[in-house]
Amino acid sequence: MAETLLKVNDLQAWYGESHILHGVDFEIGRGELVTLLGRNGAGKTTTLKAIMGIVTARTGSVEFDGRETVGQPSNAIARQGIAYCPEERGIFASLNVEENLLLPPQVRQGGMSLDEIYRLFPNLAERRRSQGTKLSGGEQQMLAIGRILRTGANLLLLDEPTEGLAPVIVQRIGEVIRTLKSRGFTILLVEQNFHFAATVADRHYVMENGRMVDTVSAAEARASLDKLQAYLGV
Amino acid sequence: MFDGDLADLLQKIAAQGTLGLINGAFYAMLSMGLAVIFGMLNVINFTHGAQYMMGAFAAWLMLTWLNIPFWAALVLAPVVVGLFGVVIEKLMLKRIYHLDHLYGFLLTFGLALVIQGLFQFQWGSSGAPYPAPITGGTNLGYMYIPTYRGFVVIAALVICLATWYGIERTRLGAYLRAATENPTLVRAFGINVPRLITLTYGLGVGLAALAGVLAAPIYQVSSLMGANLVLIVFAVVVIGGMGSIMGSIVTGFGLGMIEGMTKVLYPPASNTVIFVVMAIVLLVKPAGLFGQTR
Repeated sequence: MAETLLKVNDLQAWYGESHILHGVDFEIGRGELVTLLGRNGAGKTTTLKAIMGIVTARTGSVEFDGRETVGQPSNAIARQGIAYCPEERGIFASLNVEENLLLPPQVRQGGMSLDEIYRLFPNLAERRRSQGTKLSGGEQQMLAIGRILRTGANLLLLDEPTEGLAPVIVQRIGEVIRTLKSRGFTILLVEQNFHFAATVADRHYVMENGRMVDTVSAAEARASLDKLQAYLGV
Repeated sequence: MFDGDLADLLQKIAAQGTLGLINGAFYAMLSMGLAVIFGMLNVINFTHGAQYMMGAFAAWLMLTWLNIPFWAALVLAPVVVGLFGVVIEKLMLKRIYHLDHLYGFLLTFGLALVIQGLFQFQWGSSGAPYPAPITGGTNLGYMYIPTYRGFVVIAALVICLATWYGIERTRLGAYLRAATENPTLVRAFGINVPRLITLTYGLGVGLAALAGVLAAPIYQVSSLMGANLVLIVFAVVVIGGMGSIMGSIVTGFGLGMIEGMTKVLYPPASNTVIFVVMAIVLLVKPAGLFGQTR
């Protein structure tokens, strides 16, 4: 594995009274693409939100680039170079497409330029003046991903980017994610669609009931298909 | 003869409508500040009238104690009162965002009573005059208007449009609009949303104080000047649509004119016409003229 970029150790998190994460451990190397697999309610989204500091009731350790982030507010964590693309996409209705793209501030050098993002997502360029929420689901997903590429963040947390999209759009998103990996982004991808995840990832972590229960490398994934299907309950 | 009467009536309506624009300028500035604060903090700032009064008092005290002229006070007083707003936000408002609207109402309304009470205790409620910084008048053809009042209308328009531009067309404004919708996500992009909220409240309060300074030479500087005005301003906000900047501006000026013209057409209704309009608008468009139902 490449040099470690994100190291999560005994991460626990709570929503109010409910204890969601019961000690999550995993690592991602620089430039890796890793997925979190698991059923609904396994704690995948919560893991992303706890890393990002959106879920504030958390204990344990999340080291990013050698620095501890647990205890910091989400705006400070984002400034260190982690960017988050939420499952519900979070497109702002009061902003047009370009304003949505320009919203996240640059946190580091080396982000993609607006032109590069428009080359990656030509649909967005055509609709740059449209209200963000007037786009189709696929376009909104592209906007939600495109938006975090400008900032210079080198770790992207993508929460189910293919959810509810037509197969041809899923394919497009897959190409984009591979492109991002080849550009050196480190990506943590939450997925329920294992077939999609298998086409892009270096490694899969499997979650159940707020814990990591298994790790499967890309090479083993085909052979372990039955086991993974059982985890995902499909 | 009839033609003469009609011309006379039209001339009166035009004159009262113009005078109404002056009141409307204050309705617009104050309701806009309320809209900005409500949009970002989700708190209806009932202290707004008291902060407007503080602006007028700050200018008056600067003049009488320190001999600071009007034009300098026009900048200084809003800054001082805006900083006071920042302190209020950091010490008190910040603690109630997660609670029901009712607590925001109780806190800001209580604060208004305390502030007005303190000023009344110190300076009474009879009011003190503030000399107009621009003397003389201008003949508009159908009426004669003190030049300072014309200046206030234009200044208010500039302030309103500048605020609208700042919120709808700039990067900082985009942060504000986005944070109004989804503060958690905006914060996860690296923007210090709590600071943005404090800043917004400070700016909104500063706007109220700026209106207060502009009002000082027209109305008396008195401890209750804001209490009387703020009721109308809340009606303006409701008519324009909660949280809508353009709605506040258009409705503020528009209602000022309607109120003025009513003084000619049916004088007894001039105090209530705004509330009648409010009732009608709420029946036809419950979200207000420019409001969006979420």
